Amino acid sequence: MSSVTYDHVVKRYTSDLTVVKDFNVEIADKEFMVLVGPSGCGKSTALRMLAGLETITEGQIRIGDRVVNHVAAKDRDIAMVFQSYALYPHMSVFDNMAFPLQMKKMSRSEIDKRVKQASGILGLDNFLKRKPKALSGGQRQRVALGRAIVRNPKVFLLDEPLSNLDAKLRGQTRVELQKLHRDLETTFIYVTHDQVEAMTMGDRIAIMNAGILQQVGAPGEIYDHPANLFVAGFIGTPTMNFVPVTMENGNAKASGFDVKLPKPVGADKGILGFRPEALTDRIQDDGSTLEIKVEVVERLGSDQFLYGTAGEDTITARVDPRMKVAPGDRARLGLDLRGIHLFDSQTEKALL
Amino acid sequence: MTAEAAARVGVSHTARFSPAWVAERLQGAVLHVAVISLTVAWMVPAAGLLISSFRHFTDINQSGWWTALAPPYNFTLENYVQVLQSSNMGQSLFNSFMITIPATLIPVTIAAFAAYAFAWMKFPGRDWIFLALVGLLAVPLQLSFIPVLKVFVSIGLVVQNWGFVGVWLAHTGYGLPFSIYLLANFFRALPSDLFESAEIDGAGTLTVFFRIVLPLSVPAIASLVIFQFLWIWNDLLVALIYVGGTKSVAPLTVTLANLTNSLGQGYNLLTAAAFISMIIPLVVFLSLQRYFVRGILAGSVKG
Repeated sequence: MSSVTYDHVVKRYTSDLTVVKDFNVEIADKEFMVLVGPSGCGKSTALRMLAGLETITEGQIRIGDRVVNHVAAKDRDIAMVFQSYALYPHMSVFDNMAFPLQMKKMSRSEIDKRVKQASGILGLDNFLKRKPKALSGGQRQRVALGRAIVRNPKVFLLDEPLSNLDAKLRGQTRVELQKLHRDLETTFIYVTHDQVEAMTMGDRIAIMNAGILQQVGAPGEIYDHPANLFVAGFIGTPTMNFVPVTMENGNAKASGFDVKLPKPVGADKGILGFRPEALTDRIQDDGSTLEIKVEVVERLGSDQFLYGTAGEDTITARVDPRMKVAPGDRARLGLDLRGIHLFDSQTEKALL
Repeated sequence: MTAEAAARVGVSHTARFSPAWVAERLQGAVLHVAVISLTVAWMVPAAGLLISSFRHFTDINQSGWWTALAPPYNFTLENYVQVLQSSNMGQSLFNSFMITIPATLIPVTIAAFAAYAFAWMKFPGRDWIFLALVGLLAVPLQLSFIPVLKVFVSIGLVVQNWGFVGVWLAHTGYGLPFSIYLLANFFRALPSDLFESAEIDGAGTLTVFFRIVLPLSVPAIASLVIFQFLWIWNDLLVALIYVGGTKSVAPLTVTLANLTNSLGQGYNLLTAAAFISMIIPLVVFLSLQRYFVRGILAGSVKG
């Protein structure tokens, strides 16, 4: 039940190996914040510095108003769920969950009460006497959560907790975690490389790449207004179309089509971006159109993906599944101007 | 279904008498023949010793031990009775235990603490000290006899004053490098997530050691105990140097060696004595064997 502040945090291992660079985020009390990025981007290191498992090279991390740079992990009032679950294999489920409480020298009856409560929430009542190896992956994951819950911490840290579960279970657990977050009313900080988890679970998302924070914002905001080329390409499946363009009298000119820009930009070159769903089979009066040579068609029932080229540029379109189109066809598609982005070709920052 | 299970119930995925089927059977057969012949090769001398120890002195001198397997059977317990009565075996057995048990427990205990420090604690020079320790593995222990004995004598640490303390210390010194090396490697292989999780849960170094590292390392510690126990139990050299052959303190190995001299002609007694000394390691091994269970870490971390 506390906010978390990263204030100009740097993690440097050697003079030429800096894994987190000038990291600034404020995470509000009771917020569900997701740190997302490709592997090796520094998101786990950022989390581990907060947990007290890594030292902080520069800057400050605060939990509430307290600077925790030099506070031992156990005194930070946080709980962490590891990707591997890190259950103690020789202890029963009950003892696994009781362990942090025993370390606090809590009374036997209080421990019993708290573990029973947590196991009730997580549906582990029938498994308390089992050893971890006699549990399924999903149950182990819940024991790891239970061990965090019993401590009633100020902040929950979750390091890729779903990546060892199969796809179906991952979907269920995603929903359960969100429910848990609502019920516990605690700050959650969740690290993942999976953009679907980030989009669906986070109140806000912080996207990192190569140790640098790229953008922080609500999922919708990040999806609709990516701050730079990396964010635009990282969030969304299939990925956004990127087309190099040159500017001519307020128009962006690509190799195979023109787009009228909604407002003038002060650059003569750039990268035009638009998501596959910005293309439709309906031609709008005020919109732009482009013709693509279709190479591959994927019908998914609810959607239809067209992969093809316009001029020299590769284009992906997501259109109505009822649109009749076959590989080899030339399809004329409308481009929704509300869905276009323009990025500087040097700095890769958004220009529109 | 594994191939082995398939073969057992007779529904192999390869058709009967096809080349693949024959190859599969042959591989199994070759493996079995190899394992069985190795086992026999190891067992024959021990079996010969056991049978000889129940034969009369005259029989042993006249014919090989295998002839005893054919009728008329002519076994006797006399060798055992004679050995136990005449040659100080009871006292030696007791001395062997008095030397071996502490000389096993002391180094294994110290090694467990040291190995934990080497594996999971950060201190300056850790890797260099560990390297020096590994280097000690290659030093022949004979090199240490004279200097260590001199020190022991000069500080009065001799059998007459301190009993077996000197030999315990000597065995501790000789056993530590290997023990630490073995345990440190095992501890290092424990998943680091467990330690981090315990750290966040509020467990201190000692708690982690006693409640997490030790319970998870039972197989490694059990095998180390067996190694160390067998090595000391069977040791003649170190015992002879630090304890000597005085009847009241001599362990089994020393007494046995003396038997060969005094009973050079009657090795019927020697076989019985040797078998008595073999029984103890066998019991130790068989009773600790169940701790060699694989997969004790299963279920802690996945991936």
